[in-house]
Amino acid sequence: MSEFLQHLINMLVLGGTYALLGIGLTLIFGIMNVVNFTHGVLYTFGAYIMFIVVQQFGLNFFLALPVAVLAGWLLGAAIELTLLRPLRGSDIDTTMLVMIGAWIAMQSGTLWIWGGVAKSVATPFPEAPLVLGPVSVSWLRLFVLAAAAMLILVTYLLINKTSLGRAMRATFQDHDTASLMGVNVDMIYTSTFAIGSSLAAAAGALLGPVYVIFPQMGDLAAVKAFAIVILGGLGNITGAVIGGFILALAEELGAGYVSSGYRDAMGFLIIIAVLIFRPTGLFARAERVG
Amino acid sequence: MTRTLGLVPAIALATALFGGAAGAQTIKIGVNEPLTGAFAASGTYVVNGAKIAADEINAKGGILGKKIELVIEDNKSNPTEAAAVAEKLITSDKVPVLMGAWGSSLTLAVMPKLMEYETPMVVETSSSGKITTTGNPFIFRISPPSAIEAAAFKNIVDKLALKKVDFLVINNDWGRGTAEDFSKMMKEKGIGIGLVETMDQGAQDMSAQLSKIKSSDSETVIVTTAVDQLTLIFKQAAALGLKKRIITTGGSQNPDQIIAQAGAAANGTMHLTTFLPWFPDKTPNPEATNYFIAEWKKRGFDFAGCTESFRGYDGIRTVAAAIEKAGKAEPAAIKAALWNINIKGLNGDIVFRKSGPEGKESGQSQPNVYLIEIADGKIEMKTL
Repeated sequence: MSEFLQHLINMLVLGGTYALLGIGLTLIFGIMNVVNFTHGVLYTFGAYIMFIVVQQFGLNFFLALPVAVLAGWLLGAAIELTLLRPLRGSDIDTTMLVMIGAWIAMQSGTLWIWGGVAKSVATPFPEAPLVLGPVSVSWLRLFVLAAAAMLILVTYLLINKTSLGRAMRATFQDHDTASLMGVNVDMIYTSTFAIGSSLAAAAGALLGPVYVIFPQMGDLAAVKAFAIVILGGLGNITGAVIGGFILALAEELGAGYVSSGYRDAMGFLIIIAVLIFRPTGLFARAERVG
Repeated sequence: MTRTLGLVPAIALATALFGGAAGAQTIKIGVNEPLTGAFAASGTYVVNGAKIAADEINAKGGILGKKIELVIEDNKSNPTEAAAVAEKLITSDKVPVLMGAWGSSLTLAVMPKLMEYETPMVVETSSSGKITTTGNPFIFRISPPSAIEAAAFKNIVDKLALKKVDFLVINNDWGRGTAEDFSKMMKEKGIGIGLVETMDQGAQDMSAQLSKIKSSDSETVIVTTAVDQLTLIFKQAAALGLKKRIITTGGSQNPDQIIAQAGAAANGTMHLTTFLPWFPDKTPNPEATNYFIAEWKKRGFDFAGCTESFRGYDGIRTVAAAIEKAGKAEPAAIKAALWNINIKGLNGDIVFRKSGPEGKESGQSQPNVYLIEIADGKIEMKTL
């Protein structure tokens, strides 16, 4: 029983960060119809910003987080303005290839600057974990969970309660009509990509200190983000959040009770099942197709 | 005028060709190591150790009157890349001999290429038994296979009073091979084997496996993986309140790095290692060990890397000794000469004995294995 409780705690902590990774990607896909292959690199970027700010400049850990989010926002805006805006209107394959190119270039750039050896970031949290009866969890991970929950809430409020959010939702439904109603669609695209990127950078900044930081760290994170987006339905933010927790649960229980060798396979088995039985995602609403 | 202009590319071509010929004045040694990916830290240390050996040899005038040149390629911790890198080094760089490829799965992927191009390779780190038992006569290994590690560990299991152990190993030839060889030895000793958990080489979160191990009835966990993942395991085990004795194998632990990064969580852990940079006087070759450590520090490298980098140093010295003995830098001659070398490595004499099926034996040297314990952030040696 205590093992099961420990798996559940692990799932909560892991799921929070998976959700954060998923919403950034689903937002960009939903609104812009762009398969963002740079999501993993932006995750890595956030982690390296954390490393630079905390380890190189010696600044406070909690100050470094907003710096990483802001840097992710700026890099995302730059990618949108330089790579995606000139390609507006081209087919999805062309943008996909450009994004794959950007991913490889940025990852190689990181390797070139920082080398392949992993870096770690010191945190202000105590090493001794919080012990709650039979289960225990590190303070750092609790903080990561809380920060992820806060960022998800902020994103939700931004999309549902602000005029920018209303314009984003309008663009999501029909960008031509939104444009006719006076929405600056170009600005919406840039903002969306910047917000999605800043969420990826935030996830990297939060998880970098938990694990270690190296140039290819984003690859596995990106694969998981894509899995979560498929689980939750493309463009569905609530779906991405729930999808994040489902993936974490599948991995924890799969590793705990089936076989740890197939830990990463568990999530993907679920995705195959989802694609077969509910190809629009677990949480897609019924849609009129004809 | 047109004719003169036409000469320019011809001269350029000639220079390039002669440049290539000038390059042949050095003896090339191919180095196939993971410089990026999951084993980046370890591979980089090995390469830095190899460079110390090359510089030392060249400072003394090289071999056969020529300088040696290391052609270093990154196998990206990926078996497919490791095989491609070996092919590139042999066919394009024309190296007569290789050193590599750090991980067992990487080395195993390279092995068919060695057969194809009949080029020998000195294996400096890999510990899977399969490497020297499958009948590849181009393999010469200076690191201990996990069976040698298990045999060395056998002498101390009574003293440690092991009753039941769990395993947490990297999910590749190295980890699974270690779990197999250690389980076999322990069963003979009447020690119970509990869980055998695996982790992907790139995995960063081992909480699920550790939670399972936490709830088992074993008192000891044998962990096999490289330093980056080990550090994460120590941190995550501490966060989960896992209070079992941890013993690591494989010699890629870099204990100083574990102490620096895992702090108190590292206390009480034991590590099977193949080099003793902390106690140079207790190594088989104190003079060489002191020289190597001094040179390593002089170059500003992290002391923690010594337990890994010495393999690159010994590997290149092994290759150089064979080329010298062969009298020429050709694959077949080097392969034959490798059987006849006897050099003082930092971890015991390097002499290759036959291993594997008759007629196509691989070479296996018999290095020492040591057990160390981390206590109060310090490294102590245990007698095996």
